[in-house]
Amino acid sequence: MPMKTNGAAKANGSQAVAQVTFLEAIRQAMYEEMERDPAVVLIGEDIGVYGGAFKTSEGLLERFGWERVIDTPISESAIVGAACGMSYLGLRPIAEMQFIDFIVCAFNQITNFVAKGHYLWNAPAPIVIRGPSGGGVHGGPFHSANPEMYFVHTPGLKVIYPSTPYDAKGLLKAAVRDNNPVLFFEHKFLYRRVKEELPVDDYTVPIGKAVVRREGKHLTIISYAAMMHTSLEAAAELEKEGIDAEVIDLRTLLPLDEETILASLRKTNKCLVVHEDTKTGGIAGEIAAILCERAFGDLDGPLMRVTALDTPVPYAPSLEEYFLPNKEKVLHAARTLAKY
Amino acid sequence: MKKALTRQQYLDLYYFMRLNRAVEDTMVKLFRQNKIVGGLYSSLGQEAVSVGTAYALEKKDWLAPMIRNIGALLVKGVPARDVFMQHMAKYDSPTKGKDGTSHFGDLENLHIVSPISMLGDLIPVMTGVAIAGRYLGQKIVAMTWIGDGGSSTGVFHEGMNFAAVQKAPFVLVLENNQWAYSTPVKRQVPLENLADRAKAYGIPSYVVDGNDVVAVYTTAKEAVDRARNGEGPILIEVKTFRRLGHAQHDPAEYVPKEMRAYWEARDPIALYEKFLTAEKLLDANSKKEIDEKIEKLLSSERDFAENSPLPPAEFAAQGVYCTGDDCHKVTPKWERPLAEVTPPKSSVPAVWTVKGFGSGKASGGGSAPIHFGDTEKHEENGNADQEVPEAVAEAIQAPAKPRPVKSTSAKATPKKSAKPAVVSGKSPARKARR
Repeated sequence: MPMKTNGAAKANGSQAVAQVTFLEAIRQAMYEEMERDPAVVLIGEDIGVYGGAFKTSEGLLERFGWERVIDTPISESAIVGAACGMSYLGLRPIAEMQFIDFIVCAFNQITNFVAKGHYLWNAPAPIVIRGPSGGGVHGGPFHSANPEMYFVHTPGLKVIYPSTPYDAKGLLKAAVRDNNPVLFFEHKFLYRRVKEELPVDDYTVPIGKAVVRREGKHLTIISYAAMMHTSLEAAAELEKEGIDAEVIDLRTLLPLDEETILASLRKTNKCLVVHEDTKTGGIAGEIAAILCERAFGDLDGPLMRVTALDTPVPYAPSLEEYFLPNKEKVLHAARTLAKY
Repeated sequence: MKKALTRQQYLDLYYFMRLNRAVEDTMVKLFRQNKIVGGLYSSLGQEAVSVGTAYALEKKDWLAPMIRNIGALLVKGVPARDVFMQHMAKYDSPTKGKDGTSHFGDLENLHIVSPISMLGDLIPVMTGVAIAGRYLGQKIVAMTWIGDGGSSTGVFHEGMNFAAVQKAPFVLVLENNQWAYSTPVKRQVPLENLADRAKAYGIPSYVVDGNDVVAVYTTAKEAVDRARNGEGPILIEVKTFRRLGHAQHDPAEYVPKEMRAYWEARDPIALYEKFLTAEKLLDANSKKEIDEKIEKLLSSERDFAENSPLPPAEFAAQGVYCTGDDCHKVTPKWERPLAEVTPPKSSVPAVWTVKGFGSGKASGGGSAPIHFGDTEKHEENGNADQEVPEAVAEAIQAPAKPRPVKSTSAKATPKKSAKPAVVSGKSPARKARR
């Protein structure tokens, strides 16, 4: 996937180095945070000796030792619970879900224990729960999930879903330094498909801030993660047809950057949300509600959605392709919206 | 009951059991006056469990109570007023009215983790506390409780198993009070002794009479000492009986009369008074003094609680997130040299090494810092410059495993005589040929 999204590497004056993948950006973030702060520890399945199912923690056990890179039994509740307990003594654990699909095995720990602690008994839990998510790689119904909205509905959590190596690294570092529990979704389709030059110097990307990836005036496409790239490709096509689309990358889903969304809508007056998550209860519905509440008079057309079908993620390539949003579906929706 | 404690210890146990009961008696009165906001759960008849186990902990240790462990909180130093105010949802309560009952904690001073209503979740959380304490060099023990019913949850298993493989300094008190709401223990678990579950995790366990506070304390003390010494987690099954219903609303008519009669005749406080009197540790005068002390204390604590306001309504919207250092400074208290954990001095040696892993394939081969399992760079006893705390090393190194092979700096000369690394799935001999 060709991609040029950053620019920040040069903009901030840092010396840029070799192109790194999304995967390597994640590994660098964890490595550098562990170097910076001995309170940062990793906990998860097969993350130590094996270096993680996707090798995101490769080399970290050797560097930081067994107390800081903790291989666990297949016990997601214990992983999240133990990370929470560790955070109570001032550590900052990064818990890995081998595939993010398995995060629901720890649902109770996350939603009832971790998320509510600060509100109920003044107990911050600075933990990061991260893992590979998303479809498009024929992983089937249990290795392709986008379960972010279960957690966007949980006050007390922060939810991040980056689309570029630069953002992945900067947001993961910000997540580690945040005093709240942060869920960090890594779209596995992007792991090796996107590369980017990253600054040599330490940097973070602020949590809760969306970014305008492409300026435009006719309509706004809001997206995140892998679909952000699809949206950019669609925007390039639309340009040829005379439709100038603005593309917003949400980056953080909770807290949602309402101001960036509203500012764009007030400029273009039309909004299309593209996400790989299923339609019902997806973030598009929430954005529609926000626009109706806060910018109803600025809307020149209906909010439109391009999302996955309301089904589990099917396995066969033909089925999964039908299930997922793609450039054609985005183009179709954008053309329809542009006519309003 | 065997005499082995100091006079003060005996009297402390007595005082806290009496305090535990008096606090709960007071709350029954408050409940009947409609001053308790939600349900009221009782530990009547189980006071020896909470008090005897928590009394075995040191000040620096951590505990997480369950709903019937008010006594443990009192032992740890929670004032009675906090317990009252929690139940009355007052603004001065530890959770400022956001939660009730024993659902509160204190990370800073008393080292208490708040429970949630979902049972079993505290087990991995307290395991995390235990291993974090070990990593920080604090030599702490973490303790929590679980009921006979709660031991049926999945997370009980996940937590105990993880604690066991980590050899975490963790003590689980399995408080078998015979009833999980209305379900008798026999329908919960088909075992005579729930302590048998410890076998599945390869950890030691005890079974103890939960209505004998001295037995509970001495057992818990032994378990806490063993855990602190790096022997790993320990499960204590404490057999007792829940004298009242699940909560105030429940008359517990499902409990057989004979069963109730048996346990009521074994009231832990009455039993202990008999023992103390026989041992001449308590007489009518000293008992009267304790009566008066508790009455006076709880009267003022109750007044304070009743006079505390309810939280202002708009407080409901506050505090979901930590807003940063002005809200909470999250920093660990290191009690071991940071040099032990700061790279490149990795704190704990590898138990085994695997050729080829960590060679940076996923990272383009360029930037993996040190390649794990590069046996050419390994030698035995290469840890002269790395002091590994004994407890940590023991905890991590399974005894059955071959000796660890240490990595040294990249400049280290390969030693032909070095013991070969053990590769999972490959024989050492094959490895040694290289």
